[in-house]
Amino acid sequence: MATEATFGNPQVVEEEVDILIIGGGMAACGCAFEMMRWVEGTGLKVKLVDKAAMDRSGAVAQGLSAINTYMGGQDPADYARMVANDLMGITRDDLAYDVGRHVDDSVHLFEEWGLPIWKQPGDEGKSLKDGGKPVRSGKWQIMINGESYKVIVAEAAKKALGMDNIQERVFIVKLVNDKNDPKRVSGAVGFSVREHKVYVYKFKACLLAAGGAVNIFRPRSVGEGTGRAWYPVWNAGSTYAMAAEAGAELTMMENRFVPARFKDGYGPVGAWFLLFKAKAVNAFGEVYMDKNKEMLKQYPPYGLAAVPASCLRNHLMMHEMKEGRGPIYMDTPTALAKLAETMTPKEIKHLEAEAWEDFLDMCIGQAGVWAGENIEPEKKPSELMPTEPYLLGSHSGCCGIWVSGPEDLGAPKEWSWGYRSMTTVKGLFTAGDGVGASGHKFSSGSHAEGRIAAKGMIKFALDNKSWKPELDTPVNELVEDIYRPVRTYLQHKDYTTAIDINPHYITPKMLQFRLQKIMDEYCAGVATWYQTNAKMLSVCEDKLEMLKEDALKMRAKDLHELLRAWENYHRVLTAEAHMKHIQFREESRYPGFYYRMDYNFIDEKNWKCFVNSTYDRKTKKWTVFKKPHVDLVSKPTAGH
Amino acid sequence: MPTFVRTDKCDGCKGQDKTACMYICPHDLMLLDKDGSMTGHAMKAFNQEPEQCWECYSCVKICPQNAIEARHYADVVPLGGSVQPLRGTDSIMWTIKFRNGNMKRFKFPIRTTAEGSINPYANKPKPEIKDVGSPVLFTEGAPYKCDRSQLLLAK
Repeated sequence: MATEATFGNPQVVEEEVDILIIGGGMAACGCAFEMMRWVEGTGLKVKLVDKAAMDRSGAVAQGLSAINTYMGGQDPADYARMVANDLMGITRDDLAYDVGRHVDDSVHLFEEWGLPIWKQPGDEGKSLKDGGKPVRSGKWQIMINGESYKVIVAEAAKKALGMDNIQERVFIVKLVNDKNDPKRVSGAVGFSVREHKVYVYKFKACLLAAGGAVNIFRPRSVGEGTGRAWYPVWNAGSTYAMAAEAGAELTMMENRFVPARFKDGYGPVGAWFLLFKAKAVNAFGEVYMDKNKEMLKQYPPYGLAAVPASCLRNHLMMHEMKEGRGPIYMDTPTALAKLAETMTPKEIKHLEAEAWEDFLDMCIGQAGVWAGENIEPEKKPSELMPTEPYLLGSHSGCCGIWVSGPEDLGAPKEWSWGYRSMTTVKGLFTAGDGVGASGHKFSSGSHAEGRIAAKGMIKFALDNKSWKPELDTPVNELVEDIYRPVRTYLQHKDYTTAIDINPHYITPKMLQFRLQKIMDEYCAGVATWYQTNAKMLSVCEDKLEMLKEDALKMRAKDLHELLRAWENYHRVLTAEAHMKHIQFREESRYPGFYYRMDYNFIDEKNWKCFVNSTYDRKTKKWTVFKKPHVDLVSKPTAGH
Repeated sequence: MPTFVRTDKCDGCKGQDKTACMYICPHDLMLLDKDGSMTGHAMKAFNQEPEQCWECYSCVKICPQNAIEARHYADVVPLGGSVQPLRGTDSIMWTIKFRNGNMKRFKFPIRTTAEGSINPYANKPKPEIKDVGSPVLFTEGAPYKCDRSQLLLAK
């Protein structure tokens, strides 16, 4: 019998499956639900691995107050137009359109499973599927009682998979290429954060759906408030970093999202804008979107849409702040007073509850800020603030991995070369935040996209039924690699009297601080009002280079810190991709998200194209290049 | 506002191997101090990395003893307020206490079906594996109605 596993001496668990799902969020749950029905009788073995617990993992863990993508009879082409405009013209219509034509089915399932969806008066009790009219908070959004949104979606996925096919609390940190085909993945390795175990999976196909990237930039709150990120703090860029290391082509990694939210708590503003018709104003009560309207005309056609692109709305807000007319406020008292003119006290009370629910469903921290600051929205306006930058592909951002799209929408062959949702690496699929050049799929669209990917993966696994995965790296080397931070700690911990100060290692926390400082100060973080230039980026590049070297000297004093070490390793690679892409794109495509001050304009002639990249994990070098863009649905142009 | 665990209420989930809060925290923050060597409170859980807490309240909502509360981020929020839920099987009750003593209470539905009652494939079609290459998902039946004339390059 083997000796009992201890810290630094983990047990190695090897398992071969046909399909591995990495992640447990909306995309992974959608993938599991669709997949397990199709594979009945095929003999395909499927496993899902989540670094957390599926009931509360991923971006929807806390809940949501709205489903932001629901067509309800609208045409997917309109949806693809909206997505493109909000992301300044450079998105893949095929991917957005495909989400659009499938997303409603996922929403109907959520309702059937038990998610309460608000209905218009007279339609209470009538399901969406049966024609019940939802309460819209925007053209594409519908309101829900979403505290248990993820619990419900996870329950369906867990039942579909069966508990034997789910491994929680295992953090997959690396994909392994195939021994006989370096352009293919055949394995994934990770470790348990609960037991001294390393897991080595072999597979034919895998879904990599481990969320976006949070905390790669220095956040505005640096004490306890570090955790109050807008997007979930556990999104560590694992999707992008692991895909890049496996050789997958990334796309639009220069894109970022800087949400303008209630200050400090980062609570949602959507309901206030859309449902309560509140206006954002400068310190003098001026509506900056009206006042600075002329500025939108400098960015045709993206600034001229009924709802101007998100980044441009930030651009107008920041103009006020930089001109010294801050703080910016959400004028909640005026909005509520105006609604009160036509409403009964009972209706007002109901409305107030709805306003609070918007926070309590998805951003309880904001309710905490208001409670602590005695803010009652009917009496006192609340400050708005653009946050630190986030990288994601499912919300109002479009960085991610380049995938093969649907075949029937007229896309060029470079966009649709094979199995749906497969990356440029054979056997590697992605969905949700992982899919680049689309965006605005949100929770429901990510679920639908996971379902779409499931079918592509099954087809791939069946077409490769007799193929045997062989890892290109021996298992013992993989284990050593994963446990390096533990070894480093055990080897050097007694050199000094202070556990955190040691010339032989760096704590994951300090490495994260260093990354955030570099990104904030040189790569257009809040410290420079989101501005950078080629010189600053060059400094950034050098500093990240050394940081990447030092990332191999992270220590882990326990399994929890090993989790943090690998999350931060993923953050560093993701940050490097972001920097390289911003450096390559010689224009400012997203004013209000970031500015290249040496190219402070949009250059439609030379840069209305995708920027894609690949990473070589042996040489640790990036290759960045242009990829042509084409519209698959008609769009307004600058001249019209 | 990191969450905190009240010593007078936490029972360490009665000596089980892991506590409910450890099970659920998406960011691996909650830890059971079995022998009290880390906190001075044996067999009680604690938040081991409060500055990484998203305030998602997953631990607060799941705790069977209602032993977990939140003290909002000390570097951001004035003291004295609190936001506390009581999550049932079909609804959640919220009590918001302001710094100035004002209170608000809200109750919202959370689900319309019984917990654990979802049967994902009941009354759902069983697709034929030969159709796995089609663009239709297995529960969709007819494809979503699209105006294909909007597609500029599709045949």
